[in-house]
Amino acid sequence: MGLRRAAVAALEGGLLGRVPVPSSAAAWRHAAHFTFQPDPAPSAHGQTQKMNLFQSITSALDNALAKDPTAVIFGEDVAFGGVFRCTVGLRDKYGKDRVFNTPLCEQGIVGFGIGVAVTGATAIAEIQFADYIFPAFDQIVNEAAKYRYRSGDLFNCGSLTIRAPWGCVGHGALYHSQSPEAFFAHCPGIKVVIPRSPVQAKGLLLSCIEDKNPCIFFEPKILYRAAVEQVPVESYYIPLSQAEVLQEGSDVTMVAWGTQVHVIKDVATMAQEKLGVSCEIIDLKTILPWDTETVCKSVVKTGRLLISHEAPLTGGFAAEISSTVQEECFLNLEAPISRVCGYDTPFPHIFEPFYIPDKWKCYDALRQMINY
Amino acid sequence: MRKMLVAALSRVLQGPAAARTVARVVVASRTYADFASEATFEIKKCDLHRLEEGPPATAVLTREEGLHYYKTMQTIRRMELKADQLYKQKIIRGFCHLYDGQEACCVGLEAAIKPTDHLITAYRAHGYTFTRGTSVREILAELTGRKGGCAKGKGGSMHMYAKNFYGGNGIVGAQVPLGAGIALACKYFGKDEICLTLYGDGAANQGQVFETYNMAALWKLPCIFICENNRYGMGTSVERAAASTDYYKRGDYIPGLRIDGMDLLCVREATKFAAEHCRSGKGPILMELQTYRYHGHSMSDPGVSYRTREEIQEVRSKSDPITLLKDRMVNNNLASVEELKEIDVEVRKEIEEAAQFATTDPEPPLEELSNHIYCNDPPFEVRGPNQWIRYKSAC
Repeated sequence: MGLRRAAVAALEGGLLGRVPVPSSAAAWRHAAHFTFQPDPAPSAHGQTQKMNLFQSITSALDNALAKDPTAVIFGEDVAFGGVFRCTVGLRDKYGKDRVFNTPLCEQGIVGFGIGVAVTGATAIAEIQFADYIFPAFDQIVNEAAKYRYRSGDLFNCGSLTIRAPWGCVGHGALYHSQSPEAFFAHCPGIKVVIPRSPVQAKGLLLSCIEDKNPCIFFEPKILYRAAVEQVPVESYYIPLSQAEVLQEGSDVTMVAWGTQVHVIKDVATMAQEKLGVSCEIIDLKTILPWDTETVCKSVVKTGRLLISHEAPLTGGFAAEISSTVQEECFLNLEAPISRVCGYDTPFPHIFEPFYIPDKWKCYDALRQMINY
Repeated sequence: MRKMLVAALSRVLQGPAAARTVARVVVASRTYADFASEATFEIKKCDLHRLEEGPPATAVLTREEGLHYYKTMQTIRRMELKADQLYKQKIIRGFCHLYDGQEACCVGLEAAIKPTDHLITAYRAHGYTFTRGTSVREILAELTGRKGGCAKGKGGSMHMYAKNFYGGNGIVGAQVPLGAGIALACKYFGKDEICLTLYGDGAANQGQVFETYNMAALWKLPCIFICENNRYGMGTSVERAAASTDYYKRGDYIPGLRIDGMDLLCVREATKFAAEHCRSGKGPILMELQTYRYHGHSMSDPGVSYRTREEIQEVRSKSDPITLLKDRMVNNNLASVEELKEIDVEVRKEIEEAAQFATTDPEPPLEELSNHIYCNDPPFEVRGPNQWIRYKSAC
């Protein structure tokens, strides 16, 4: 399968230091556009186990259902384990009244989830692909986000978490590759979270489930098998709305989330080797509400900002970050803020390698900023 | 059989010269005049909902029709199997939903409507793309993402279009309201055209389908809603997804028919009946085609984790639409086994050539990335990553 080859290519590139060079157009479509570098195993949360992204999600859901007797998981095909195997074994362990399938109706799934959450039970809804979340857009924006506000805090659906696979996958085309975080960023009342790795995913998902606000948790589907790390077996929580500085630097700040974090890590290495430029890498993690302080503090230090995401440029979340940063840090900026994003087109089928903001595009933008 | 006849006759007539004459006589006697020009078949009665009477219980099949249907179904079958092969070789990538097993539905529907009628379906669309007039090489080239494809290589498996065929839609259930809209346009233009709106058993549980039923019935739109019930919505069987599996009754106030979708003649007669219903201004009608797909939901689904291999084998041996038609034609002297074999060979050759084209045709040029986003007048610059290649959009 294409993803397994991408994983092998990624591991090879990482472990042996070789960058796989595609030999033909066909080969281009099999090589991943990033190398996943696992973080060191966290020591503060007890015993760890080797898990990939979907296994870490299963582990998080397992912990959540064990701790909270009112927690239920539902969505299309979750009973047998889900199309990405994120819920494998949970139905057998917790019973069919806690892990169950819904018919094919996203609007119904989210509306139903809001209802479950309003009574106080914990609802974990799965939307099969983020591209299919749009029939539920009305329920999320008009119902879930505004419930607490409009009832004067009498009611809320805070115990609702919606999970969806997100982002490009190499061959997804128009309807299996979208990154719709920008649509939801425009909606006060919900939280939008995107992890970059298995350790982050488990901690952030558990925080979302605990959080007393409706959360949307997007899981980068290309990392489901490609990202393997040592993940703690017990529950642990990573705080929401806190961006993480992965690498300190002094010349350029680079901000990304999800899969794109690994792309900019590669870019930072390239920049150090070829230009002698020291980059600060920030993983934003929570898109809404986002950690303005960490990003602005970093830009004040470096003076340059590059933001990168797969979603189209116009109206993408980079625009919001860019606008806020220029407001807060105008006099500290040495160069215009750079946004390296997807083209303003629907996510293409055959043109995907040209559409995605790969490391070469980011590197070029970085170079332009340095030479400004 | 020919050899036996020759041997028997030569024994009677004695001598090598006589045998040669006999052989020539035997060959000459198997002319096309030997075949019947048509035959009448009894077909299964349809279950009816809110209808006094249904389609006729018999169907007439002429020899030409039979050969045409056979060739079309065989082409679709081989095309899907070729797509399977190309996908496994990674020449086709992305998502590929195959239609083999359900050929009787698309061929039967097409046989009952005119080319000026309209059709819209979901993502399992390769069969319909073919019956609506696209060539096999254009379909395969679209699957491989080449510029010779019917959507210039930009759509892929789920987004194929043709004249009066509106796709090819990826989002489940989203095509149903579109179908009602097309039906409204048909009614508005008054050209006696109808719209066939197809969806699956999984999509039948989507909210927008019921919104569409209401609009179509309220405004008496000439729309035939067709639910292709292949018993599994991806991996979920109909019993586990729907409170009512009588999909033909789900339209409630819309009359419905349940048809054996593996029998081409059943589908054709029922569609003729339904088309007549719509064209006479009685409003929408719902057809449920009970059919089966041999492959999994898509190429990433082996298709055996939610159903047994025995079940698939049983359907293949008892209800395969192509075998059903073949048996009917041969047993009623509408065609010979050899003739149908010749058609098979011809079809195989056509598919091979098409696959060859699809593998060697160049990919669309990079400028296509920015084309056809809007209807452009004047062209504008498509924004992308900062300072990288900028594309100008074009019509």
